[in-house]
Amino acid sequence: MTDSQSYEDVVKDKGETQFAQFEDERKGFLGTVQHTLHVNPALVPLIILVTAIALFGMLLGQRFFSAGTLTLILQQVQIVGVLAAAQTLVILTAGIDLSVGALAVLCTVIMGQFTFRYGLPAELSLLIGLCFGALVGAMNGFLVSRVKIPPFITTLGMWQIVLASTYLFSRNETLRSSQLREEAPSLLFLGNKVSIGGANFTFGVILMILIVVALAYALRSTAWGRHVYAVGDDPEAAQLAGVNVHKTLMSVYILTGLICAVAGWVMIGRFSSVSPSASTGVIGNIQSITAVVIGGISLFGGRGSIYGAFFGAMIVGVFEMGLRMAGADPQWTFMLIGMLIIGAVGLDQWIRKVSA
Amino acid sequence: MKKLLIGTALVAVTSAGSAMADAHGTSACLITKTDTNPFFVKMREGAAAKAEELGISLNSYAGQVDGDNEAQVAAIETCIANGASGILITASDTAAIVPSVEQAREAGLLVIALDTPLNPIDAADATFATDNFLAGELIGKWAAATMGDDAATAKIAMLDLAISQPTVGVLRDQGFLTGFGVDVKDVNRWGDEDDARIICNEVTAGNEEGGRTAMENCLAVDPEINVVYTINEPAAAGAYEALAAIGRENDVLIVSVDGGCPGVQNVADGVIGATSQQYPLLMASLGVEAIAQYAEDGTLPANTEGKDFLDTGVSLVTDRPADGVESISVAEGTDRCWG
Repeated sequence: MTDSQSYEDVVKDKGETQFAQFEDERKGFLGTVQHTLHVNPALVPLIILVTAIALFGMLLGQRFFSAGTLTLILQQVQIVGVLAAAQTLVILTAGIDLSVGALAVLCTVIMGQFTFRYGLPAELSLLIGLCFGALVGAMNGFLVSRVKIPPFITTLGMWQIVLASTYLFSRNETLRSSQLREEAPSLLFLGNKVSIGGANFTFGVILMILIVVALAYALRSTAWGRHVYAVGDDPEAAQLAGVNVHKTLMSVYILTGLICAVAGWVMIGRFSSVSPSASTGVIGNIQSITAVVIGGISLFGGRGSIYGAFFGAMIVGVFEMGLRMAGADPQWTFMLIGMLIIGAVGLDQWIRKVSA
Repeated sequence: MKKLLIGTALVAVTSAGSAMADAHGTSACLITKTDTNPFFVKMREGAAAKAEELGISLNSYAGQVDGDNEAQVAAIETCIANGASGILITASDTAAIVPSVEQAREAGLLVIALDTPLNPIDAADATFATDNFLAGELIGKWAAATMGDDAATAKIAMLDLAISQPTVGVLRDQGFLTGFGVDVKDVNRWGDEDDARIICNEVTAGNEEGGRTAMENCLAVDPEINVVYTINEPAAAGAYEALAAIGRENDVLIVSVDGGCPGVQNVADGVIGATSQQYPLLMASLGVEAIAQYAEDGTLPANTEGKDFLDTGVSLVTDRPADGVESISVAEGTDRCWG
């Protein structure tokens, strides 16, 4: 360390070992709660998730509270879970991606049709599908960071383009499970499962968890991850601090596109078929944003944990399964999820107010 | 945080050994495409009434939007986990749903397709449906008979359901053309005909808005169109609006399928010339009966003779009966309408 950089020595000499720090002045129970929630953004959704599982467990007994049902919920949220992971990355940069679900469906169609229409080996089609996802992501990224079109507009347009391409390219053919099983089993790879007791974990579920854990690590502990947060929090400050904003944004959108393609692969595994009219194309974006928001990730960027998005997706899955098992009208589920969204953002505002 | 998560998982796994389902009576599931369309609302009423009569419990599920395969897959999984005896399903994607249906049948549930046959049809244990081809054929024959000699030079607009060509839409379309006397080529696809009388094939999504737009598109191709086939009555109402906008509502023959109460009323009002009425309430109540029977002694429902499904019947509703085509009056149609 050179002399010019040892400005802290003065303080050290005086025996004050603490440097610049935020003072935690707030006292009392509420203050502590607020502080804890602020430090662990995924805690609120986790508490809601556990409470919901416990509530439905008490209400429905063994039917709900069994390993079979609980892991079934994981299978039901695996697509939204993977899409939410992708969505989280973009939202952390203060963007939004409306094209995620549609891109996933287009990638399933590419993986399927390249195999059946063009006769390529399924593994190669799979690779092409994944590359295509990354390519569309790169286009989104370029339009956002270079052409400076707001992310909402860019991806609103891309969503429509991708949806239309899906219909045009697929000629509306559904590839059926019998075809896939016989000729392209590797496309169905993620539908295989391991059973432990009554619990069934499909490879898709395991992959979803791996993606979430890997991204959580990358966001928390790598320079790239910190740059993503910095760009989302304040791009100008990040630029001044030496972060390459363009490169960071490009990497985020490319990765998002790639993860969407992975979601497509997960989707083929789950439904054992390739259907261009899959509703994920139309509502996948809203479902993923819902999971992200319930997961306590700020739509203003720079704040939130990817675990939150995963818990958010799980919360929606638990509510849907629980209410379905209880025989409730499906509209109640949508109503409850609406309330959860507003509640989650309200809570977020409260935590921000305290921490400001 | 990690502890909490691991704790939850542990509790979940340890409880796995216990029995999957509670001891409870027979239960059935009804899964429809959406829960807003009056057709499915009626189906649900029919199923609920019959279930109450037989003392079995009924859970109803629906997709959020038409074509929502994912929600139906989740619903089937719930029924299996819930220990239901059988499932009545109107599939949104007849091919894509098949793996889930197989799963349910392997788990010992009786699966009956209502209204819409699966692809392939034998993927379900049974199908309770309208003969949609016959429904189309009836309105085709009626239109041809009503037009008489002019049928040879008719200009036909075909307002179909969706570009994904769901079987129900294909059957009605091809039935109509067959009844009208057009060579349909491949009977499993609409749009491949080369008969010059067909002016256009447009899709409507089965609602008023889609019907109007589709009719406008067809009129742009040829304003002289004089026969309009519509997939259902809301689409017919939309087509009528488009015709009324250019003052041609009185010299065009509109035919449709469904037999919903607003549709039958439209036949009475002269908006629609004739419609083929189907009976969703009957499908659902017969379905619930079949599940109750299956739960009791394992009997599988039988098909109507000569068909690969159980035909729940169809009647042509019109107040302008045509020679050689059997029909019922609007008054009778109103008595038996749904929605």
